[in-house]
Amino acid sequence: MPSTNPPHFSWTRWWAIVLKEIIQLKRDRITFGMIFGIPLMQLILFGFAINTDPKHLPTAIISDDNSAVTRSLISAMAHSEYFAIDTHYTSAEALAALRRGDVQFVLTITNNFTAKLLRGERPTILLEADATDPTATGVALSSLNGILQTVARREFHGALDYLARPPAPFDIIVHRRYNPEGITQYNIIPSLIGVLLTLTLTLMTALGITREKEHGTMENILATPTRPLEILTGKIAPYILIGLLQVSLILLAARYLFDVPIVGSLWLVYLVALLFIVVNLTVGIAISSVAQNMFQGMQMVFFYFLPNIMLSGYMFPFRGMPEWAQVVGDILPLTYFNRLIRGVMLKGTSLPDLTQNLWPLLLIGLVTLLAASKLYRQTLD
Amino acid sequence: MPHTESTVAMDAGYAIDVHGLNKYFGDKHVVKDLSLQVEYGQIMGFLGPNGSGKTTAIRMLCGLLTPDSGEGSCLGYDIRTQPEAIKSRIGYMTQRFSYWEDLTIRENLEFIARIYELAHRKHLVDEALEKLGLSTRSSQLARELSGGWKQRLALAACTIHSPDLLLLDEPTAGVDPSARRDFWDELHALSSRGISVLISTHYMDEAQRCHSLAYLAYGSLLAHGSAEEIIAQQHLHTLHITGAHLSTLEHTLRETDGIAQTVMYGNDLHVSSLDPLALERSVTAHLTSGQSATPIPTSLEDTFIYLMQHSEDNFDAID
Ligand SMILES: Nc1ncnc2c1ncn2[C@@H]1O[C@H](COP(=O)(O)OP(=O)(O)OP(=O)(O)O)[C@@H](O)[C@H]1O
Ligand SMILES: [Mg+2]
Repeated sequence: MPSTNPPHFSWTRWWAIVLKEIIQLKRDRITFGMIFGIPLMQLILFGFAINTDPKHLPTAIISDDNSAVTRSLISAMAHSEYFAIDTHYTSAEALAALRRGDVQFVLTITNNFTAKLLRGERPTILLEADATDPTATGVALSSLNGILQTVARREFHGALDYLARPPAPFDIIVHRRYNPEGITQYNIIPSLIGVLLTLTLTLMTALGITREKEHGTMENILATPTRPLEILTGKIAPYILIGLLQVSLILLAARYLFDVPIVGSLWLVYLVALLFIVVNLTVGIAISSVAQNMFQGMQMVFFYFLPNIMLSGYMFPFRGMPEWAQVVGDILPLTYFNRLIRGVMLKGTSLPDLTQNLWPLLLIGLVTLLAASKLYRQTLD
Repeated sequence: MPHTESTVAMDAGYAIDVHGLNKYFGDKHVVKDLSLQVEYGQIMGFLGPNGSGKTTAIRMLCGLLTPDSGEGSCLGYDIRTQPEAIKSRIGYMTQRFSYWEDLTIRENLEFIARIYELAHRKHLVDEALEKLGLSTRSSQLARELSGGWKQRLALAACTIHSPDLLLLDEPTAGVDPSARRDFWDELHALSSRGISVLISTHYMDEAQRCHSLAYLAYGSLLAHGSAEEIIAQQHLHTLHITGAHLSTLEHTLRETDGIAQTVMYGNDLHVSSLDPLALERSVTAHLTSGQSATPIPTSLEDTFIYLMQHSEDNFDAID
């Protein structure tokens, strides 16, 4: 047998595929409409708030006053189903955790709280809330008021009876961080980017490759020396650009239509978006490797899409979901992207604080890429 | 070690050389023990009824399907281990039009030229368009072409990189007679330059123009060789009958012992048998006035019909 050169990646062939894809996209009015129509539709439809009832919100309590009253308060909060209490943070750690999104609330009780209370000086409790998820914050705040009333009634009787009558003998000062006015679209708009990229990109890649199978053109490409890597990367390259275009579109709408500020750095927004785009494209490839025709591809994309919007913290606050749903949510790319994009856009989270949500996304991307390359068939068998 | 194409041709004996190829789809045995040799510069016709496994066999040759067993080579490259090398040296034309309907004629050709990394791309594409006679329509979408023109575009596209071996799966289906003649002239010109061709077809006149033929039925290779050899192998004797009421005569003869087959061709009837004496006897016994029978050499078509019916009988017997 004559020797052969090992198969190599050819940029000429890669460019041929990119070019073909661009020409086809340009001529496909429906797809083109989808690229711009879906973001527009979503912006209009999902701009509304969705009411929900979240529970067990992680709360850091920093109490410098160890008295019967404060102990009772903390245990009452722990027993309500709205809060999951952690008292081990120092004040600085708690604020860092709030910025990372590890806790939703930080409750601070100063050391002279009980003394002031007994003197009737109406001491204050400081509650700092991560208000990027305003629904969750709102529900928890109203329940906290109820808890405080109950504690007051229970703890103060006899000579202190006067303290048990409303109004409560202390004030809660709420600092809504990152979204002080609790505007829901602050939350919705960044997440919309994720939902949009998930839907359009997986759909377009999945259909782009199954279409070639269905039309028989795949047989033609496979009979040429084109390498799988050239086909796959060539086919998705244009969609990376399209994804970034869609991101820009929503960012513009966010800024000028809904007045959502971009607190963090713009390049971090794009970095996070780029990673998420690539992850979605590999999911699309994995789907197209399994699907025999466009209809199957479409069904599978929706099968993937639904849990992503339901369980990623987009529709319902992540911490308000039942345990099992959170477990499922933990393996969905959109979950991490939601946290990342909210972090960057609304809180100005910096790169080091993003890593804990970046690496799971990276991992999911690598796993699907591996699966896609295993599933991708170089023959018609 | 670098090598030129001609040394490849010298090294290996055959352009296609495969042995004992088998392919199953599920438990359906679609290609059975196929062995095939095509010499360099030869045009081999690939014949057989619908569903006989021609397309499947061709796909195994170019690495699109993995044979379940058997081995072999194309252009000296192993079909199992060196599909990339094969793919860069062959031109494969699929049975169903497989170019991009939403690209223009020129864009399709340019795409293929890039895929094969051809130098002088523009020149080659222009030349192909010129030869096709599509220069003036080059910016039309492939979708807008008629069926026959699509075939011609596909042919131009799969030969643009001057391959050493052409695998053509019914390339002339739906092509008009004069374009088919041009196409076959072109094929013979290519073959005289040393290019080998495996071409599947259902047309008898095209089969006649091949250097050798392979006849497949139900996945088995039933006959191979030149047209004359295949005809001779079957030992059929044939009478050509003209006249009136031939269909009545055909019905009678079909039921007669010793008659292998009867085939109507418009106003003519061909009656064949393995036994020339029995044939003569049975036919003259049933001839009516105005009908006349003359012995003719058995045609390729008669032979194929005979082969197909026989394999059907065998196939039924096995099942
Ligand atoms: N991908 C597949 N899966 C299952 N069965 C298949 C597949 N491809 C072909 N077959 C079956 O294999 C048999 C041979 O098909 P093939 O296309 O090779 O025949 P062919 O000789 O090319 O027929 P035609 O003259 O109609 O083109 C047929 O019975 C067909 O149904
Ligand atoms: Mg076929």
